[in-house]
Amino acid sequence: MNTRDAFVSGVGQSEVGMRLTRAPLLLTLDAVKEALDDAGLGIDQIDGVSTYPGKAHGYLGFSPIGADELIDALGIRATWYAGGGEITSQLGAVAAAAMAVRLGQARHVICFRTVYEAAAMSRPEEFPPIRREKVEGYTQWTAPFFAISAACWTAQYAMRHVKRYGMTREQLAQIALTGRANAALNPRALVQKPLTMDEYMSSRMITSPFCLHDCDRFTDASTVIIVSAGDALDEVKATPIRIAAMAGAVDRLSWDQAEWMACYATGPELWKRTDYKPKDVDTAQLYDGFSFQTVAWLESLGFCEVGEGGRFIEGGTRIARDGELPLNTFGGQIGGGRLHGFGFAHEAVVQLRKQGGARQIPGDPKLAVAASGGGPLATALLLARD
Amino acid sequence: MNPPRPIPRLDAENRAFWTGGAEGELRLMHCEDCKSFFHPPRLVCRNCLSEKVAPKAVEGTGVVDTFTVNYQAWMPNLEVPFVIARVAIDGAPGVFLTTNIVNCPVDDVDVDDRVRVTFEQQGDIYYPLFEKIS
Repeated sequence: MNTRDAFVSGVGQSEVGMRLTRAPLLLTLDAVKEALDDAGLGIDQIDGVSTYPGKAHGYLGFSPIGADELIDALGIRATWYAGGGEITSQLGAVAAAAMAVRLGQARHVICFRTVYEAAAMSRPEEFPPIRREKVEGYTQWTAPFFAISAACWTAQYAMRHVKRYGMTREQLAQIALTGRANAALNPRALVQKPLTMDEYMSSRMITSPFCLHDCDRFTDASTVIIVSAGDALDEVKATPIRIAAMAGAVDRLSWDQAEWMACYATGPELWKRTDYKPKDVDTAQLYDGFSFQTVAWLESLGFCEVGEGGRFIEGGTRIARDGELPLNTFGGQIGGGRLHGFGFAHEAVVQLRKQGGARQIPGDPKLAVAASGGGPLATALLLARD
Repeated sequence: MNPPRPIPRLDAENRAFWTGGAEGELRLMHCEDCKSFFHPPRLVCRNCLSEKVAPKAVEGTGVVDTFTVNYQAWMPNLEVPFVIARVAIDGAPGVFLTTNIVNCPVDDVDVDDRVRVTFEQQGDIYYPLFEKIS
């Protein structure tokens, strides 16, 4: 441990649901209060705020609360803050906070991600859907061909694995089956019912090779990660979790010009920045907005060779809670809810502190990796309990 | 009957791409200095930073790099299933286009299929779709 390191000192989460009526600011407040209680900090000790992707004025359900709004609403006196989508994916906001505390710009930073897509879609009068006459920017290269959802873009990466490496739907299913089995033990998970292989195989296709269960679903929730400076830990009561390494990458934002997903550049970079090795990892919490993104992260982070991801997860025993690499133990986004990246860091901290209750992995976990992003954006955090 | 395709907003960078089909041409941005093609079109070459760039027609053939058969109707009345593909463009290494593979059953599309552009007009826009070369 080094006083110049950055630590996660507290985590918090609101209710997770669909079509919630509690206002998004108040869901964020719930998550902030839980994280402050967890860390043993008061709001007056917070001097930084970081979020992704900032308030999305054109699409409020995606991101209804901005950093400046939270600072104002909670009376935070901040010496540093940041919030924007032009960063290496969701957990890039946590990485930015880690850099800020390491450089002395702040001592305790609230990092948050609030999502409200299910509620916003159910209340269009309150959250008017975007109606644009024309498409522009990167969207113009995909939407005119009815490739409207990220599902259509990610499915093409998955199809390449099917064709090049023989990945099967039964293998891919293990991401959803594992997530849903874990979600059933997580009281806050969005979906509480386990999924069977028969249900998976017989569900309707969305965009091949993805069926319904390969996709997360719109969720209303807020998740908070408090990042603290190493020399401010005397103010913290919870077991601090050290950010042992972090890495990120951005490839071409148009998605279709990128040769590979950005995670493939991120994983090797993470291991260059630490003496830990993939075999030291006790649990992996890897982005699953779509199931294949987790497979890509497993390969990128060196848990298996590129192209071997399907065979690595086959049967599901290796990635189960009692397997050699327990994966997405809160349910992932497919089971736990579309917390949009932050859920993975939250769960890594919960598991490292052995606070997972019924879903707690066995043994004495000391090292976890949390990753967010699919497509051209990627961030990985290596988290350690010393 | 499908809904109208989303309409790109034309500007100085993208106009040649979206309207070249009026003359039956698939036009990509080309660098006169390093002779490379790049996409999306911009006012500078991403390979050598030259500003001597201009749209140039390519042959209009390519290879299916990857694809997905889309079953979800993302918009009202969208006819499904249909194929979304990423096509590697002949003569323009490193350039890919997201497009639809049309005029064949969805199950007939596979990676490495040879394809040729066919334009679908809607107002000012000529959408470059692709069909298999039999």
